[in-house]
Amino acid sequence: MMLAVSEVLSPLKGGWFLDNAWLVPVVPTIGFALIVLFGKRLPKKGSELGVLSIFVSLVLASGAAWQWIQRVGAAGEEQFISPVVRTWTWWQAGGVEFTIGQHVDGLTVVVLFVVALISTLIQIYSLEYLRGDRRFTHFFAALTLFSAGMLAMVVAEDMILFLLGWEIMGLCSFMLIGHWWEDGANSRAALKAFFTVRTGDVGLLVGIAMLFFAANEWTTTNLGLSGFSIRGISAWALSGEPNSTVILVAAVALFIAAIGKSGQFPLHTWLPDAMAGPTPVSSLLHSSTMVVAGVFLVARLYPVFFTGLDILGPSSNVIMVIAAITIVVAAALAFVQTDIKRVLAYSTVSQLGYMMLGLGAGAWLPAVFHIFTHAFFKACLFLCAGSISHSASHHSFDMKKDMGGLRKHMPITFAAWTVSTLALCGVFPFSGFFSKDEIIDNVGGNGYTLFMAVGLGGAFLTAAYMTRATYLTFFGQARGASAGEHDSHDAHDSHDVHDSHDSPHESGILITGPIAVLAVLAIFAGLFNATPFGESWEYMKKWVEPRAVVVAQPSAGGPGESFAISVPSSEAGGVESPCGSETPTAGICYAPELNHAKFKWSKALLSLMIVFTGIAVSWLLSAALYGRRDPRLVGLTERNGLARAGYRLLANKYYLDDVYERGVVGTIAGPIARSAYWFNQNILDGILHGIARSARAVAMVVYRDIDQRVVDGAVNASADLTKTTGLAVQPLQSGRVGHYGALLFATAAVVALVFVILNT
Amino acid sequence: MLTGQFLLLGAILFCIGVYGVIARKNAVLVLMSIELILNSVNINLLAFALRNGSADGHTFALYVIAVAAAEVGVGLAMVLLIYRNRRNIGLDELSEMHG
Repeated sequence: MMLAVSEVLSPLKGGWFLDNAWLVPVVPTIGFALIVLFGKRLPKKGSELGVLSIFVSLVLASGAAWQWIQRVGAAGEEQFISPVVRTWTWWQAGGVEFTIGQHVDGLTVVVLFVVALISTLIQIYSLEYLRGDRRFTHFFAALTLFSAGMLAMVVAEDMILFLLGWEIMGLCSFMLIGHWWEDGANSRAALKAFFTVRTGDVGLLVGIAMLFFAANEWTTTNLGLSGFSIRGISAWALSGEPNSTVILVAAVALFIAAIGKSGQFPLHTWLPDAMAGPTPVSSLLHSSTMVVAGVFLVARLYPVFFTGLDILGPSSNVIMVIAAITIVVAAALAFVQTDIKRVLAYSTVSQLGYMMLGLGAGAWLPAVFHIFTHAFFKACLFLCAGSISHSASHHSFDMKKDMGGLRKHMPITFAAWTVSTLALCGVFPFSGFFSKDEIIDNVGGNGYTLFMAVGLGGAFLTAAYMTRATYLTFFGQARGASAGEHDSHDAHDSHDVHDSHDSPHESGILITGPIAVLAVLAIFAGLFNATPFGESWEYMKKWVEPRAVVVAQPSAGGPGESFAISVPSSEAGGVESPCGSETPTAGICYAPELNHAKFKWSKALLSLMIVFTGIAVSWLLSAALYGRRDPRLVGLTERNGLARAGYRLLANKYYLDDVYERGVVGTIAGPIARSAYWFNQNILDGILHGIARSARAVAMVVYRDIDQRVVDGAVNASADLTKTTGLAVQPLQSGRVGHYGALLFATAAVVALVFVILNT
Repeated sequence: MLTGQFLLLGAILFCIGVYGVIARKNAVLVLMSIELILNSVNINLLAFALRNGSADGHTFALYVIAVAAAEVGVGLAMVLLIYRNRRNIGLDELSEMHG
């Protein structure tokens, strides 16, 4: 029911697309409904509706992005650029208004654009990839709803709509991961993803409820907003009002939700299993929707985390610690995978760790920028993997068994893969360099040297495992299915219709087209915030980062009324804004003041050197290991000493294999496991045994004197009583429904009679 | 207003419903009797709402209708299952619940 429509009246520039950004999630939702209702009867089985609806939302999102840029451009340098908010009240109870609406600011706009763009490309890709699938219509319906869920979450004005979008995504990921549910492993993977994420979701519910009860009074009196409103919560968190324990617990609860959704340690295990779904799903899930939701949650409610976890404070906080563990653990795991999609999955986990690290260390903008760039190159990498399995390796994803030497057969896929890999590794002119390096730089710049070192180590590992995957897939000799062998495809057979299984070839235009677009973006997306080129290139900072300026407190309007923000002119002498660390004295803050590290080429060169070392080391190891079948090398060993030494190195391939695979796992996991076991056995168990012994002594006394005599006596007496009465009333339990009904009404009649007598 | 008449109608419907629940053997008829009881309650709610001039009773009546619909859905599903298992929906023969 539309009870009240409110709009922010502001002197800033608006526009149709900004005012109607709520249409972005609504259009694909309608698309979903139409596909479900009519999809099967349409000539293209409903896929045209999916592509069309998501393309319309891409157009709307682009328009909104463009008008947001206009709005920022027209605003003053120090002016707070208020979000474009529209709300509709749909439920009113007990003085609380539940609203649904849009909250459009820089963060919303950039994520909307990325999600809509990647969803469009992936739907086009799926037209070819899933052609002839037995549940083609169902797939497109779920994929469209999946995007709609993410878009709804991004555009949400309050936490209720946010939660709705969040849960829609959880449901759709379950449907899509288990798309080929006839295989038990797939449906298990879907269940695992669903339940693991649900575990974290409890945190979201708790966090939202806590924030509502803590903030509602403040927001209602000061802003005329409910405690679910994202603006209200943000302003409240920075107002100096909240109790530090309450906001700490709320922030941790919300972060647990982010851990589950964004695959952070220790709830990262569902992400690699989610590879059971069709590749377009993996691509969408891992680049822009679903896993980014957790990072988005932290970025969206950043003031809560900023105040609650004391970000920028002297000590490290829980976000940074979890993120740092995630970066290293996931990157190490990527080394021992033979499935190309699993390498990418662990890579995603590790990159999400970077985003979280940035957010935890106060590098809000670099983290959001990394969401932006990562979406493009990771989507591209997954689509390349899909292209390989579709056209070269007979639906297998096993790099060791069914790939190798594919660069000649698939030039476009190879080029796109290389570009995206370089972007992921953070090599200079590619997009990943600008975002990842900025995160590492800002983490160091905010004084967290240890975590900067973890970030640099992670960059080394990233470069190494991606080089290994590239080598196994595209270089060396063709193996298994990609060499034309047909023996193994039964095991990986998940599709209904097989195109002719001839030798590896490049995929069709519907597959290479989206890949090429994403590859171009993987190269150039970094230029949106190219700090190395100077202030004028920092578009993302200008457009996306909320400005930490004090906004004059609006007069408390009644709920549902619009409120105008009057923006004070910049303070004389460039006095630093007190947002964040201090309580704003006059007015309210919507965003904390954050530092930006000054870019230095010396620091960038250090990280570039680390990346190149990683690539070189991994390349040499991979070549030694996997290129062993090269006949020239085998022949050379008989002829000269140098080659014999080389041969010995090659002959030790199993030893190196051990070093590379079991060795890495062994050295990382073994000692940790052993020390953890020792710690467990000697210290934890010691403490437990000590507690247990004393508890037992106390327990004996309690048992003899209290339990046996008092409690048992009482329990036995009541049990006897129950038994006696039970036996007495047993005949009443006839099992006849009519008898029960008669008894019920008779009792009611007696009670009614008693009331009548008492009241007269 | 005719509050008294409304309440009388409600009471009569209620009694018919109670009789049906207790005396009928057919499960479907028992479900129908339960509907009668619920609707007699609705009439009472509306009658009092009219007398007090407040909308609460109307809201509640709507709520009762929604719950009643759900209840009939569940009830008929149970009756169907019972019929499928026993080829009979006589309630007097259903005594598995006896103590």
